[in-house]
Amino acid sequence: MSPQMMTTDAKNPVLYRAVISAILSALFMGLGQLYNRQFMKGILYAALECLVIIVWYKPLIKGIWGLYTLGEQPQVRGARGKIAEQGDHSIFLMIEGVIALLLILVIFIIYIRNIMDAYQTSKKIEQGQKPKTFSESLQNAWDNGYAYILLTPAFFFTLFLTILPLLFGILIAFTNYASPILPPLKLVDWVGFQTFINLFKMEIWSNTFFGVLWWTIIWSILATISTFFVGLFYAVIINHPRIRYKRLWRTVFILPWAIPQFISILIFRNIFNGQFGPLNQYLTKIGFDPIPWLSDPMWAKTALVTVNIWFGFPFWMALMSGVLTGIDRDMYEAAEVDGASGWQKFWKISYPLVMFATAPLLIMGFAGNFNNFNMIYLFTQGGPTNISYSYAGSTDILISWIYKLTLEQNQFNMASVVSILIFVIVAIFSIYNFRKTRAFKEEDMIS
Amino acid sequence: MMNHETAKRSLMTSKRAKDNLVVASIYLILILTAIFVIYPVVWIVLGSMNPGNTLFSSAFIPKGLTLDHYRALLGETDYLIWYKNTMFIATMNMILSTFLIVTSAYAFSRFRFPGRTKSLMAMLVLQMFPGFMGMIAIYILLLQLNMLDNHWGLILVYAGGSIPFGTWLVKGYFDGLPRSLEEAARIDGATNTTIFFRVIMPLSIPIVTFIAVSNFIGPWMDFIFARLVLRSNENKTLAIGLFEMVMGRGNTEFTMFAAGAVLVAIPITLLFLFLQKYIIEGLKAGANKG
Repeated sequence: MSPQMMTTDAKNPVLYRAVISAILSALFMGLGQLYNRQFMKGILYAALECLVIIVWYKPLIKGIWGLYTLGEQPQVRGARGKIAEQGDHSIFLMIEGVIALLLILVIFIIYIRNIMDAYQTSKKIEQGQKPKTFSESLQNAWDNGYAYILLTPAFFFTLFLTILPLLFGILIAFTNYASPILPPLKLVDWVGFQTFINLFKMEIWSNTFFGVLWWTIIWSILATISTFFVGLFYAVIINHPRIRYKRLWRTVFILPWAIPQFISILIFRNIFNGQFGPLNQYLTKIGFDPIPWLSDPMWAKTALVTVNIWFGFPFWMALMSGVLTGIDRDMYEAAEVDGASGWQKFWKISYPLVMFATAPLLIMGFAGNFNNFNMIYLFTQGGPTNISYSYAGSTDILISWIYKLTLEQNQFNMASVVSILIFVIVAIFSIYNFRKTRAFKEEDMIS
Repeated sequence: MMNHETAKRSLMTSKRAKDNLVVASIYLILILTAIFVIYPVVWIVLGSMNPGNTLFSSAFIPKGLTLDHYRALLGETDYLIWYKNTMFIATMNMILSTFLIVTSAYAFSRFRFPGRTKSLMAMLVLQMFPGFMGMIAIYILLLQLNMLDNHWGLILVYAGGSIPFGTWLVKGYFDGLPRSLEEAARIDGATNTTIFFRVIMPLSIPIVTFIAVSNFIGPWMDFIFARLVLRSNENKTLAIGLFEMVMGRGNTEFTMFAAGAVLVAIPITLLFLFLQKYIIEGLKAGANKG
């Protein structure tokens, strides 16, 4: 068959054959391949469809049913808590439903590929090419699909340990899954946006949310800015030309960063202990009243920010020291010839260069502090208690509030709603940062 | 003329005096800060060797030093088991995460395939969700798979969580490596696998070190997931064990905690100081990749 005929013929036979094989494959996976005489491939596709129809059909349908209804029969218990009827567990049904949905998606993708493959192969056959044998296909897959093979393990890990839990977490926000509605004794239901509305409309929730959000923002700003400038200060003074043993000083000051953070937070928790801590012991010895570090909201916040400087400044110092030592000494000498003072040299040369190199990291620092669970939870556990908040203390930030809502109070739906809001906030920052650094890369102030 | 000279000289000396003052105050600040930085470290080391058990009885200048708490810690508590658990989890997580991250980063950096950009964007979005948003689901998943209170369950959770950020970071590094070497190797008939091990890996030691170290240190610090997954005393990691020591019953185990803290902090701190160059570089790269 010549190419001429292909284009002139109205009832294009190439297309005709291809469409037939595609329809065959659409009717039953693998039929199109068999029609194209690719037996091994066809049998594999057909076997997969048989597997789906015979073995997986029921669990998949049940999964979708479970996801839709979240169960119809709560657990029934007889005398002395003996389980009379197992009943449906809404949350298990939901997870199974999400897994079923993901599986259906994968099967659907394979199904579409099967049709496309049948279509393409027929076309090639009619154009006079030989269809690939099975072993050729395998070889082809190894060459072209090398990237996919590399990605397979990471893909499955991400799918089941990140995407699936996240999907589930998002779904929870639209249910009434919260104490006292806890499976298996009660069934969970879909409630739409009700929990979102509650968060903003119901006073007990909105008070807590806005109070905690406000402190989270203040905390992130204070914690980031303070460590940044303290770090800058030490980087600059150590870099003074007449200071000796620069390496020694830097190594000493990097210690707070090097010591495992959870350990030093717990140490500080003891140092700041209101009753027995050494800090208050020293204060009383020199004649001051002991300060209620961890039991007064204001002092607790002060202590948090102060301790955070201890943890946070070494990172910035190390980073900025690197930038400072990298600055060409000629620049300073030229400035000295022009009669610049030390102060001017700092503001006109060092400061802009350091800012240029480290400012993008400020956003990252901000996002990190926004979700700095360890610092808050291990130091104050969110305390002292705040009676106008529901399930949160005075120093709780959003992330530690979520932790309490989930693990201590079983308020799963509210925790999910707040997580989604955190995601939105962090996403805005990250996207901003991403675009900003792209722009930064295109400049060439420092080559 | 003479006058002018003296004026100039006095200006010089005053400048020098001012300079000396600046240097002196810098030294003063540095020494004071060093005291503040080192104080908690010395305090905890002395605390661990202080006779008595409580925080209150622990004086900064102890009446005598004792190693009793270390003996008690190693002999009477499950500390050694926790140490072994943490070491196992950390090592396995390091190996598994590094493998997963490096392979997927290589695929994203060097191959162009359908779905590449979409997957990269998806990972960028994924790492923005708060880590424990999926906690309940992970809990139920592990329960279903019968992997609760199991170290492998925890390792899988850590490794899964490290992929999105790590892949972006390492991909960015791979992107910066020159392609000419690979092309030369390809002409010589090297396969993708050979190129990966012979060309890419040797050039990527800094970033791979960073990924390996941060995934090794991670489990020593993590509190949330360890507490979620591990239940029984003999499966605990150090972070939980030590936290419970400080929380438990009015700090009566303070000195024991101090001893435990010292024994954890020493190796990790040394590891960190030893590899700080890589860690700073890695963090810098991470921030610039978004």
